[in-house]
Amino acid sequence: MSRLVLTVNGARRSVEAPPEESLLSVLRDRLQLTGTKYGCGEGQCGACTVLLDGLPARSCRTQVSEAAGKKITTIEGLAKNGRLHPVQAAFLEAEAFQCGYCTPGMIVSAVGLLERIPDPGEEDVAKHLTGNICRCGTYPRILAAVKQAAQTMRKK
Amino acid sequence: MMRKNEPSDLDLEVLQHEENGRLHWFDVDRRAFLKFLGGGMLVCLAAPRARAQESGRSSGGGRELPKDVGAWLHIGSDGAITVFTGKVEMGQNIRTSLSQQVSEELRVPLESIQIVMGDTDLTPWDAGTFGSRTTPTMGPQLRAAAATAREQLLDLAAERWQTDRAKLTASGGKISNPATSQALAYGELTRGQNLVRVIGADPAVSPAREWKVAGRPAPKVDGRDFVTGKHQYTSDLTRPGMLHGKVLRPAGFKAAFVSLDAGQAEKIPGVRVVRDGDFVGVVAPDLWTAERAMAAIRTQWNVPPQPSGKELFEYLKKNEETGGRDARQIKGSVEQGMASADFKLAQTYTVEHIAHAPLEPRAAVAEWNGEKLTVWTGTQRPFAVRDELAEAFRISPERVRVQVPDTGSAYGGKHAGDAAVEAARLAKAAGKPVRVAWTREEEFTWAYFRPAGVIEVSSGARRDGTVVAWEFHNYNSGPAGIATPYAVANQMIQFHPVKAPALRQGSYRGLAATANHFARETHMDELAHAAGMDPLEFRLKNIADPRLKAVFEAAAEKFGWGRQKAAAGRGFGIAGGVEKGGYVATCAEVEIEGPSRHVRIRRVVEAFECGAVVNPDGLRNQVEGAVIQGIGGALFEAITFENGRITNPHFAQYRVPRFTDIPRIETVILDRKDLPPAGAGETPIVGLAPAVGGAVFAATGVRLRSLPLAPKGLEKN
Repeated sequence: MSRLVLTVNGARRSVEAPPEESLLSVLRDRLQLTGTKYGCGEGQCGACTVLLDGLPARSCRTQVSEAAGKKITTIEGLAKNGRLHPVQAAFLEAEAFQCGYCTPGMIVSAVGLLERIPDPGEEDVAKHLTGNICRCGTYPRILAAVKQAAQTMRKK
Repeated sequence: MMRKNEPSDLDLEVLQHEENGRLHWFDVDRRAFLKFLGGGMLVCLAAPRARAQESGRSSGGGRELPKDVGAWLHIGSDGAITVFTGKVEMGQNIRTSLSQQVSEELRVPLESIQIVMGDTDLTPWDAGTFGSRTTPTMGPQLRAAAATAREQLLDLAAERWQTDRAKLTASGGKISNPATSQALAYGELTRGQNLVRVIGADPAVSPAREWKVAGRPAPKVDGRDFVTGKHQYTSDLTRPGMLHGKVLRPAGFKAAFVSLDAGQAEKIPGVRVVRDGDFVGVVAPDLWTAERAMAAIRTQWNVPPQPSGKELFEYLKKNEETGGRDARQIKGSVEQGMASADFKLAQTYTVEHIAHAPLEPRAAVAEWNGEKLTVWTGTQRPFAVRDELAEAFRISPERVRVQVPDTGSAYGGKHAGDAAVEAARLAKAAGKPVRVAWTREEEFTWAYFRPAGVIEVSSGARRDGTVVAWEFHNYNSGPAGIATPYAVANQMIQFHPVKAPALRQGSYRGLAATANHFARETHMDELAHAAGMDPLEFRLKNIADPRLKAVFEAAAEKFGWGRQKAAAGRGFGIAGGVEKGGYVATCAEVEIEGPSRHVRIRRVVEAFECGAVVNPDGLRNQVEGAVIQGIGGALFEAITFENGRITNPHFAQYRVPRFTDIPRIETVILDRKDLPPAGAGETPIVGLAPAVGGAVFAATGVRLRSLPLAPKGLEKN
């Protein structure tokens, strides 16, 4: 066990964990941030996606010690003062989910994409998000929501 | 065609698909059955399975549902409406569609309704959320309860005001008298008391044509919780003092211990190893430590020889369960039909096992409080899981409470209570609440699979395209959707169960309807080709049911069938059918790409009709989702296995549809307000595979008769 200081959603959080423990497990079980999901533990499904210094990362394949010193953003950190992030708002508006289990990872991946490519074409979105699995098959609505969010964000 | 007093198709599915056996046998099972039988272990282990089948049968139906309104809904003194149903939400959006129906009949805003779902202490008994039954059965049940409540509220107000109830109206959560401007909120009328009126045979429900809330799009009632990460699935729940559990998995199916050394695991601080019968698990204060402890257990296993994937279809054909009831469905005489045919065709089709791979692997949190066991778990059958727990721990079902948080999907894969039993066993030993959440590999290995199957079809047709003889045999995959919806005078249709399936098998979205539609519609395509007819024209020639004709025509119209020719390297296909009261027709365009001749689906048009539509937006989401999930089973999904081991238990090896696989999808919903609503969770999946197969044939002349059609492209087939 070591004591680590993490910066999660803008706040400094102190946590006792083995340095090689996955960031996913630390977020979920030690910091009670359960919005980030376990889907496969192998970096194959994207359900555990968080942003590390703004870039999407698979938290199940990231050791917590690697995340120390970086800005960690989870699904819980996207809304500001009760106002949804434009990507969250677009997902809600398009009802781009069914069971919703992939949704946090999808939204965080999309936020990461739009930070880098503000005006992605459909193929960019598909290519960027193809590591995120939605077993319910809500992909067309997710594509539409991401494009809608991109439009909203560019207007700001 | 079905004889009287014979099990219905649904009963057969319950028998075939919902009995998965148990993963674990505790010491108490062995002792109990030794005492009972006084005999050897093999007999003992077989006995509970037979018993469980009995209970599986009775849970398929036959229970009386409560008739009093109070069992289904409660109006608080503040006007808050609480609805109770044993159905569960797993992404099919019934929390919203059922709320819409209660809102409609009770004349209250959608937001004032909360639904308690799948809680065995609070909700009426329910067989489970499967078979597309929520919309055709629970919808009318709750509409009837709400309409009866509304009538009672009108009576209460009329009594209070000493006036004629015909002058009163129910609207906006109030009973009003327009003549006097008097109004009373529902909560003021009931004062939180239970509604005791009995739901009559003919409740005053509104016809679909008059719906104002139902029948229109409504956003998911708690959608915001899903985009903020606030919604808690089972795997997110914690309880005070909760420990994390892991369960030892054998090296193969049906494996027996040779040796087990848990010494190293027990030395890890905070870890406890629990052993009971063939069950071995660990608990630890956190998941990370529990995983390390499990990895430290040293085991040797003896895995008995068992069938492997390469001999699967031969195995299924050889191991037919014989001596059961005569399951043949016969109409006319196939022999005479064949004799009158101008041409005949006989072909064999196969489907592999596939995995549900719900994105939330199964999980449970269990807590014992004295004699009471409470388990939270994502299951489709909370009451059956309650009974499973009661049986496993030899306690009465009244002492078990199962609660189902809205679940990270299931697709038929979450009928059994394995994780619930595991968590409860560990919690009992630990004396603290325990969460067990399966890994992806456990999910891919120790859950159960959609059954594989072999389907043999022989047929005869006249030169004008009339099918005159139809013989259809399904080995193992199941009887759902086995009957042909085409008007064929002479038929013999039979499902052949297999004695010991090659893998643990169970329910899957649409059950065997996907396999049976694949075989039937591919065969119809082959007959059309043999008759020199267009695939749509050939089908229409043999359809008598106007609803089936309507979906075929609607899909064809939207797709532009017959109005355009496919570009080079591309082809069009069409298929459809009837299942669970829903009618579907699917058109697909495929393109054959690159040196491996990869099959890419470019465009899908699907027409669907399920009577009166309750939530058109939710329905479109279900239909599109079914088409997309269907792409996996159609093109590339297959579980591979060898001698008791799954050889592709990871997303890197078991390919599921991803963004880059998605075609342009258009759905055509035929809203029949004159017909009762049917379910929509399953039937929209059945048309895709044969439509894609037909399109591949149109593009290449290659007829594919096995699902998945082209996992590695046509070159590798």
